[in-house]
Amino acid sequence: MKKEFNMERKLYTLCILVDDTPGVLSQVARLFSRNGYNIESIVSGATDRPGITRISIEILGDELMIDQIAAQCRKLLPVKSVKILDEESCIRREIALIKVSAQDRNTRDEIIQLVNIFRAQVIDISHSSLTIWVFGSHSKNSALIGMLEDFGILEIAKTGTIAIERGRSTIYDNSKLQDEYNYGKHVL
Amino acid sequence: MKISATKAIMECLLEQDVDTVFGYPGGTILNLYDELYRYRGRIRHVLTAHEQGAAHAADGYARSTGKVGVCFATSGPGATNLTTGIATAHLDSSPVVFITCNVGENLLGRDAFQEVDSTGIVMPITKAAFLVRSAQQIPDVMRQAFAVAANGRPGPVLIDFLKNVTAPQEMVDYEFIPWRENRHCAGVRELNASCLVEKPKADPQDIDILLKMIAEAKQPMVICGGGVVRGRAHQEFRVFAEKLDAPVAITLMGGGGFPGDHPLTTGMIGMHGSRASNVACSQCDLLIAVGCRFSDRVALDPKTFAKQAKIVQIDIDRAEIDKNVLTDHHIIGSAKRVLDSLNQRMPQYDHGTWKARILPLRAPSVAEDSPVLTPQQIMEGIRLIAPEDTIVATDVGQHQMWAAKYLHYTYPGQLLTSGGFGTMGFGLGAAIGAQMGNPDKRVIHITGDGCFRMNCHELCTVEHYHLPIITVIFNNGTLGMVRQWQNLIYEKRFSETTLDRGPDFVKLAEAYGLHGYRARTRAEAEEALRQAFACGTGAVIDCVLDIDEMVRPMVAPGSPITDFLLSERRDDT
Repeated sequence: MKKEFNMERKLYTLCILVDDTPGVLSQVARLFSRNGYNIESIVSGATDRPGITRISIEILGDELMIDQIAAQCRKLLPVKSVKILDEESCIRREIALIKVSAQDRNTRDEIIQLVNIFRAQVIDISHSSLTIWVFGSHSKNSALIGMLEDFGILEIAKTGTIAIERGRSTIYDNSKLQDEYNYGKHVL
Repeated sequence: MKISATKAIMECLLEQDVDTVFGYPGGTILNLYDELYRYRGRIRHVLTAHEQGAAHAADGYARSTGKVGVCFATSGPGATNLTTGIATAHLDSSPVVFITCNVGENLLGRDAFQEVDSTGIVMPITKAAFLVRSAQQIPDVMRQAFAVAANGRPGPVLIDFLKNVTAPQEMVDYEFIPWRENRHCAGVRELNASCLVEKPKADPQDIDILLKMIAEAKQPMVICGGGVVRGRAHQEFRVFAEKLDAPVAITLMGGGGFPGDHPLTTGMIGMHGSRASNVACSQCDLLIAVGCRFSDRVALDPKTFAKQAKIVQIDIDRAEIDKNVLTDHHIIGSAKRVLDSLNQRMPQYDHGTWKARILPLRAPSVAEDSPVLTPQQIMEGIRLIAPEDTIVATDVGQHQMWAAKYLHYTYPGQLLTSGGFGTMGFGLGAAIGAQMGNPDKRVIHITGDGCFRMNCHELCTVEHYHLPIITVIFNNGTLGMVRQWQNLIYEKRFSETTLDRGPDFVKLAEAYGLHGYRARTRAEAEEALRQAFACGTGAVIDCVLDIDEMVRPMVAPGSPITDFLLSERRDDT
């Protein structure tokens, strides 16, 4: 049976495990620019295994397009494993640091109340500003940022989204698909 | 044992049984060439006229011998001149190790003289690119590079040494380990562990599924792709095709994977595919493609391609599955292993009725008589006069299609052609590489007047190394294939395709110290071929053709495969 693809455009997260070698991030990112796809967010960080880095890329697209780009990723020599995650199958989180203007005590109090509602934290304070740390889903963080706009946002630093699959299965699990990709890159 | 860094590089080449390298020296790679001087008895260096020629030669060497080709170049323009050759090898999965040197660590990133980010530039066109910043890495990187280039789906690899790494005082711990044993070395083991294939045999369940599909099929068809050639799986493929008793279409890259004159062959498939192949493809109920990635020149319109068929892909690269054409089933593994597993369990079939419908569609391949020379007449002359195992290197365009259609190839590595990248100027370099790797065979270079101009300076290499390569120019005074499109699709607006200019190719050959001939009729072409094959040196035969010769048949790009824009024979409509 020929595979059928869901052609609805939605937000996917590609989790990519790679060997931590020079140039690997640009090797992966290049695949997206080659196809003219826009990366919504990209995060690269260490894992529980030495020498292995996890790259999380958020991208808006349909299933066929995601499948193709994942195939090209899996084919790269330093790439160990790729998981395609969508909203139903994973938990996504991001961190934002927000510096807000706060000239007087009333403003500060108001902001702190807001921060408490969102379970965020104030991590720095000065006579004219507050810096807030918020951790959560993209929509929660956007909602807080939206509220803070009234006070005058001075600067925002965001991490981009990281994601992990729901349930017991992990990105390290062996799969037939992974074996199949290894044929093309094995060195025996 | 401690030896110098450059010596370690040479020893690592010897580990891999490398006896021939192609290249061009320059400032940053001087240390390597200095060492090569000391190794000149054991490693033969072939100096070309241009780095691109060296790259194609290493590629042609690899394709024709099945070994890994090696090519040297200096930094900056040396490296960038390689890129067309690297991309050519990449698109056709040819195993070549390119070795360049870059400026020293102290100058890196400062826009020094002849500095370029070589590993960055080749990232999209190599399987792997290594930047070597310390001499201690040399043995590991060299072994990894050859292992990566030759195994899995083969492809080009680049190693870029910083100049200070190759300095005479740099010493390396080194032990000679022949390549068959060096998978146990740390560097290769590390690579191995990261993409270890648990079971090198194809999945038996996948084989079962295909055997069942074959048993149910009434009208099966097989495509022989480049994977059969690269995997040297021609014997297994032949057994498979004969047991299945089905028509076999051969892609351009598959040339040599299945005998071109076999009773089951329907010829090429796709844009210039034969009527038999293309009709079979649209009528079959099971299409088995071996080592074929359904490029846009084969599956011009993926939506209608083999519409009535279940499509099965056998490939070593999982990323090729469902890339261009959606498939019903796939088996991953080397063509040799997968076909062998299939052959062991597949019974002999008889698809006589189906064959009787398809095989008679094949056009008789006899050249028509004509007062002026025709491409098919030249090809017949070559078939008549050249030894049967002659290696054919082509450039790109009409002559390439004629060479694929009218000549028959019987073993992998007999047809060397730039299929994926379509590199004009590939042929002469590839022919040089092939002749170096196959001194006992004859090599013929089939080219057009446009392509030949691109790299004809390599005639000096042909002359210098006494290579008896025969260049046959299909000279129609135009960029024939582009003109053909202009003729058929662009309402005869021949924009910048007419090549009404020099040089006189006969005189050019003579200027390089080779024999030159000109042929205007069939008799003259045959006579020139006879003399060229007998003359003992390289030769150029300038065959004068009509400007409006076309490759027949032709399907317009993006159209269903049976919508012929041009019929197979001139007199058909």
